[in-house]
Amino acid sequence: MNDRHTPERGRIRIVGFDDDDNRSDNDANGDYDTDGATPTGSSAGPTTTAETETMGASTLLQPGRRLENAWRQFRRNRSAMAGLTVIVGMAVLAVFARPIAISTTEVTITLQPFSLAPSDPSATFVGPANAPPSLAHPFGTDWAGRDQFSRVLVGGRYTLSIGLVAVALALCVGVPLGAIAGYFGGWIDEAIMRVVDVLYAFPLLVLAIAIVPILEPVPILGSGYWTVVVALAVTGWIGYARLLRGEVLSIREREYVTAARALGVPDRTIIRRHVVPNAIAPVVVQATLNVGTVVLTAAALGFLGLGLEPGSAEWGAMLAQGRSSLLRGDWHITVFPGLAIFLFVLAINLVGDGINDALEPDQDGGDDRRRMR
Amino acid sequence: MSMSLGRYVGRRLAITVPVLVGVTALTFSFVHLLPGDTVDALVGFRDVSPATEVAIRTEYHLDQPVWNQYLLWVRDVATLEFGESPVTGRDVTTTIGSRLPATLALGGAAWLLALAIGIPAGIVTAVKAGEPADELGRIAALAGIATPNFWLGLILLFVFSVRLGWFRVIPPDAPLASVATAKFLVLPTITLGTAATALVMRLLRSSMRRELDAPYVATARAKGLPERTVILKHVLRNALLPVVTVAGLQLAFLVDGAVVVEGIFSWPGMGRLLVRSILRRDYPLIQAIVLLIGVTIVLANLLVDIVYAILDPRIRY
Repeated sequence: MNDRHTPERGRIRIVGFDDDDNRSDNDANGDYDTDGATPTGSSAGPTTTAETETMGASTLLQPGRRLENAWRQFRRNRSAMAGLTVIVGMAVLAVFARPIAISTTEVTITLQPFSLAPSDPSATFVGPANAPPSLAHPFGTDWAGRDQFSRVLVGGRYTLSIGLVAVALALCVGVPLGAIAGYFGGWIDEAIMRVVDVLYAFPLLVLAIAIVPILEPVPILGSGYWTVVVALAVTGWIGYARLLRGEVLSIREREYVTAARALGVPDRTIIRRHVVPNAIAPVVVQATLNVGTVVLTAAALGFLGLGLEPGSAEWGAMLAQGRSSLLRGDWHITVFPGLAIFLFVLAINLVGDGINDALEPDQDGGDDRRRMR
Repeated sequence: MSMSLGRYVGRRLAITVPVLVGVTALTFSFVHLLPGDTVDALVGFRDVSPATEVAIRTEYHLDQPVWNQYLLWVRDVATLEFGESPVTGRDVTTTIGSRLPATLALGGAAWLLALAIGIPAGIVTAVKAGEPADELGRIAALAGIATPNFWLGLILLFVFSVRLGWFRVIPPDAPLASVATAKFLVLPTITLGTAATALVMRLLRSSMRRELDAPYVATARAKGLPERTVILKHVLRNALLPVVTVAGLQLAFLVDGAVVVEGIFSWPGMGRLLVRSILRRDYPLIQAIVLLIGVTIVLANLLVDIVYAILDPRIRY
């Protein structure tokens, strides 16, 4: 957006002892100059020593306050809020598309009784085959006469959950490894980062494609959903590990880490309580943007016939028939699932940019390299 | 700072060696990680006579310890000896060699498109930051990144080839360097280049924004240089460097795109070959393609870092 000069996170700042008149600039916002009203240059952030101490203490002791500030910042970002609305809307549609029930041999517990989708996504010949959009079938029907509208709604379940679960799994691997590599350094760091370098030599989709035949025969994964999730998590953690390691390298030199070490706090606690919380912001931005990348890759796998079983209502897999149906002139089979992927990934990118502006206002526009991986 | 360019290149090469070992080891273990006997994977899970099985065990040195197998495999690979495909019976190296030019042509065209549009767009949005042109550029870039390339390809194919009939649906039976082929490549190039264009534009924009704040820009303006000269001669030259460093990532990005786009346009390249070999369980071919991609990206990153160090003498670490 514009030039916002913000001090580094968590670092105590002692400048401008003399001018007391615009002290109000930095009370409510903690260490964020949220509206850029502070004049840029040397006079930014006038603070007395006393205030510096309370400010520093409050940012260290109350992580909740920082989140609150970030949320306030985020809420003012119109495009990010629009993105969030789209994501929430799509999630609601996916959840309420068809009833969700857990059934055993004796009882069936209905968790969610609503059904927004007019027909079962796998029911064939609910209408004529390859019918263009009509009132009865707003998105038309596919080659087997299945209702495209229902399939797009239910397909959101696959796409949204694959994106979330794969990124969450990758974070569970990447964050600890990145923190350990950065904090301890030495041979541990070398070993972890060389593994990261090796995996970085392979493009995301190529690596996922190569992993699928190895994972498919694993009994608990089976062909389909979990294979795709694990393949994307295995390829996804390296980005978080590398990013977090870089942040941790600078944070482990901070005074509060030295102080904690001097007090005899165990390394595990220092990493968990002090290092990771202060280093995590760029990883959160990256993870958000990555949900988009993961969704695109999962859809590409489905499109190539390597993801979920052909015929399942996943948006990418629905497009797998797209080429032959397009050549026949049936445009509707391709347009709607693709539009759904596009909308979701666009919304994720808007939200990612918004989180970036809220958490790291000094990074103008975010680091677009993150969008590549 | 006193470190010479030669020493920097030496250190950079020293880091590359373990990575290359890792890349080859990972690709080597691919066939061994597959379930069942490795021989089954190598013959595509068909029934073979015991004599053939023995022949394959000898050819791939499966009777030796794994370490030896790996070293012998690396020796074969270094001389581009990948053996025969069990599915098609054709030599793997020849198959890849026949597909490589098509992929290089498509990838090169997409990359040129990304630079030809991404660089001017990046300059304009950086100079006009905060203005409507910048906001428009941001939206266009986000849309470019969010569009699934397979979807874009299908839509372009439908509108311009099926409905309007401007382009052929399948490649012409003409040599690669011909007008007919060049014309056919328009749609695949746009499909593959769109996301790359958006990324180049955004990267250049943010690196130019950083450079525009530098003191030398104020100096150049103060001594009365025209704004055009300041931007194009001084700022752009420095701002392009960070864009160059991601060439390795860009390459990976284009390879991923090619895997999908080539299938849509029936383009006879490596990406389509990879997908087909996966569907046919042609493991030696998959192994060779994945290795080629991995090694190319490692070497591209090495090359980029060395070029960067030559261009920017401050980079010595």
